[in-house]
Amino acid sequence: MSNSDDRTQTVSGKAAEASSTNKPDGSSRGIIVLCFCIGLVVSLVFGWVVFPRLLYSRKQQPIDFNHSLHAGLVSNGCESCHFLRDDGTYSGTPKLAQCIDCHQDVQGNSPEEAKFVEQYVKKGIEVPWLVYARQPDCVFFSHAAHVKAAKMDCVTCHGNIGDSEHLKVYEQNRISGYSRDVEGASLIGFKKHTWDRMKMDDCSECHQKQKAVMGSVQTQKEGCFVCHK
Amino acid sequence: MKIDRRSFLSLGIGVAAGTAFSPLPWKLMDDVSIWTQNWPWTPVPAKGESTYVNSVCTLCPGSCGISVRKVDDRGVKIEGMKGHPVNQGGICALGLAGLQLLYSPDRIKTPLKRSGKRGEGKWVSISWDQAISEVAGKLKELRTGGQAHTVAGITGGGPNTLSRLFKRFLAAYGSPNFFNTPSIDNSYRLALQMMNGATPDATVGLDLENTDFILSFGCGLLDGWGSPVHMFKTNTAWRKTQARVIQIEPRLSRTAAKAYQWIPITPGSEGALALGIANVLITESLYRKDFVDNYTSGFEGVVNASGELQKGFKQHVLDNFSPKAVSEITGLDPAAITLLAREFAKAKAPIALFGRGQGKLPGSMDEALSIHALNMLMGAINQKGGIYALPTPDCQAWPAVPPDAVADSGVKEPRLDGAPSDVYSRLNQLPPAVLSGKPYPLNVLLVMEANPLYTMSNSKSVQEAFNKIPLVVSFSSFMDETAQNSDLILPNHIYLERQEDAPLPAGFSKPVISLSKAVFKPLHNTRHAGDTLILLAKGLGGSVAEALPWKDFEACLKQAMGDKMESLQKTGYWINTGAVFPDGKTTFTTPSGKFEFASSAFCPGFTPVKIEGDASYPLLMIPYDTMRLASGYTANPPFDTKILEETILLHQDGLIEINPKTAQSMGLSENDRVLLQTPRGQANVLIHLEEGIMPGVIALPRGLGHTAYDAYIAGKGVNLNGLTGPIADPLSGLDAAWGIKAKLSKA
Repeated sequence: MSNSDDRTQTVSGKAAEASSTNKPDGSSRGIIVLCFCIGLVVSLVFGWVVFPRLLYSRKQQPIDFNHSLHAGLVSNGCESCHFLRDDGTYSGTPKLAQCIDCHQDVQGNSPEEAKFVEQYVKKGIEVPWLVYARQPDCVFFSHAAHVKAAKMDCVTCHGNIGDSEHLKVYEQNRISGYSRDVEGASLIGFKKHTWDRMKMDDCSECHQKQKAVMGSVQTQKEGCFVCHK
Repeated sequence: MKIDRRSFLSLGIGVAAGTAFSPLPWKLMDDVSIWTQNWPWTPVPAKGESTYVNSVCTLCPGSCGISVRKVDDRGVKIEGMKGHPVNQGGICALGLAGLQLLYSPDRIKTPLKRSGKRGEGKWVSISWDQAISEVAGKLKELRTGGQAHTVAGITGGGPNTLSRLFKRFLAAYGSPNFFNTPSIDNSYRLALQMMNGATPDATVGLDLENTDFILSFGCGLLDGWGSPVHMFKTNTAWRKTQARVIQIEPRLSRTAAKAYQWIPITPGSEGALALGIANVLITESLYRKDFVDNYTSGFEGVVNASGELQKGFKQHVLDNFSPKAVSEITGLDPAAITLLAREFAKAKAPIALFGRGQGKLPGSMDEALSIHALNMLMGAINQKGGIYALPTPDCQAWPAVPPDAVADSGVKEPRLDGAPSDVYSRLNQLPPAVLSGKPYPLNVLLVMEANPLYTMSNSKSVQEAFNKIPLVVSFSSFMDETAQNSDLILPNHIYLERQEDAPLPAGFSKPVISLSKAVFKPLHNTRHAGDTLILLAKGLGGSVAEALPWKDFEACLKQAMGDKMESLQKTGYWINTGAVFPDGKTTFTTPSGKFEFASSAFCPGFTPVKIEGDASYPLLMIPYDTMRLASGYTANPPFDTKILEETILLHQDGLIEINPKTAQSMGLSENDRVLLQTPRGQANVLIHLEEGIMPGVIALPRGLGHTAYDAYIAGKGVNLNGLTGPIADPLSGLDAAWGIKAKLSKA
């Protein structure tokens, strides 16, 4: 027993000796700390500032549409243009057919309207709108279930886009290909409003709160396949 | 100050720590996972408003109503049409995969002219004008030279307006050689003509919903027989009414597996069994005496042409088909035959059906008559739950073909197949006639909606016959075997791009016409074959152009459909609501005015079909059909080939079903590669051991072994038709073969 203890002591003694000879002096310790700090700061700056700018490409909408102006002219709020079809599916962004009644010719002084009429209406080309709220293809989402059955307000998910005078820049994730409005402006998931982000956690947050009305219309059950069909 | 290894390590640790506390790794991980769940190259249906266009599927004789879902101009899905009388919203795997045919990258996109050797696959695109003028030019040259009769046309489509127009074109041109592709429907029609006195254009009507006992002589009722989806729906109804299906066939097909009882018998002995059952019905007085006594003739005796009284059906059956005698032919126990006959007689509305598998081949006429005689013994003619002749819905008559000396003498020439008329064209007799050049050589062959080089048995001789025809013109929109071996291709629109009427659904209870609509604008530079025919007629000019006076096929169809067109365009189908079927009529338009068991011309008997092959071929090979394999003009679309079981197709190899006992005696085990030889050909196949097939019998599926079409179907499995050959039926001249002798040896 004592023998083995002695041996241990000897070994550790040697180790202490060896390390003491390689011990950094004051200046090299400073350099090590400095290097650590440089690495830390550079990567933090890259991660928080540069990376988000690299991750998203910024695209302008083909026409700068004025929601606020149009909302004042229509009678049925958002649903005047973004309506549910007879079969319950959602029409999404309007097509030329809906605009053409008023915009066969230029109505006002807006250069954007003139561009719209000249480049799209007259040529019969659909406007390639960039959809801020488009969910990934692996997600099934029914507007009818939320707007009609659960009587939710458009603003809850889409924010106050209806009051905007200009369309904001569309930021597209270069990897996933989806809009930053769905993924959330804040990369760490910080959110102030319900519409700040529309990922799965945000769906389930609301679904958790209101368990009674949730689940699949067909099966009346919760589960992955309600949305991921 | 010294920058050493430690400093670098420290920098690295700092970077790692900083990165870990930034959103970069976490966000990247999340984005990559979202990306992997939404591969950008995975096709996703277009977004937009869905619209539905109702039409009818003409990929098989089923004529099911379909609803095509479209987003803008893009087809997204084909569904069964709700409320359609035939399929009531149902659809089969082939119909479901129809969009793959429409959007196939291998479609023929423009008229083509062969530039290399025939079959080499070298083509040049030509304009429609050139294509029409080349064909019309050749036809004109032959016609002027008095060779109009040396032109033949083959169609695979059912009796609809397009095939009527094709026939009219040939008649006006001066050729008697119009061929349709015979199937079991022809045998039903002929049986109804001989025994019920039905008109040649009447098809078979079956009131299957109201039967309670179905004696099926090998019919693949759930394997694509008749109108397949309609049969599935009917089978569901049978479950509710507890109707019994008795399946008589040597192999445990899907139908047999789902039947009330499966009776395997020696292949080819079905007709004998039917007569054996008739024997028991007569001996035990189980048949419907009132019906037989009052409404039939030929039962007790037949007066022959010279006025002598001969044995009737009754005596013939009593003398030759006792259960014991039949037992020796069928391999079935005599008691089992008696029991089966008693069960059949006990049913309220029994019916006996013929047509092996999907009924692709006409089969033996003797067998058809023998089985149909059972329906007559039970009075199941024109009655609820029975069988009857269904008149083809009236079409507005077109003006008569204008008289023309060339046409008149041309159509009077004998047909190449030796058939008395085109009503029963003996397509199987065409290759030998072409090869022998008798009665005259064939100069031009026009092929529409058919692929004879693949679907006709004895492929080798069909190919040789093709090689002898100077000009082969195909109307196909797919590079099928026939198109590949043609000289000119004038591509037709596919069924989703053209308007035409669908023929009566096979084996349905009521006369229905459906309208196939142009659901999509033609995707390629193709042309409706009807329009092409009209243009060819115009190119020929004179009386041919006069016989096809329409501006286009649409005008021709409108005239043919008459007042039905409105209903067809509105609902997609027209159904004869005025007449009641079955009508319960007990008079028949036969010479005797009665239903004829036998006459001076025929008496149902059992003449075994002489299957090819000598004693060196110890096995019997039979074909089988499955719902997952299209085996006609349409080749299996990729979706359907994907769902084929590994007992049918394993990678690129076809499998042959064999009983484990037979295999064991030959030292073969599962998935062994063997050489399959028949008197008509040979092929490499894999062994599949199957308890559900009779020992000594082997079975190969129809629909594989394409050499053309596209990379999705070509080179997979074995074409059954390369291994079998036709056998002319002595009564009808149609193909009566049900199998061939074969041998297996380790490859």
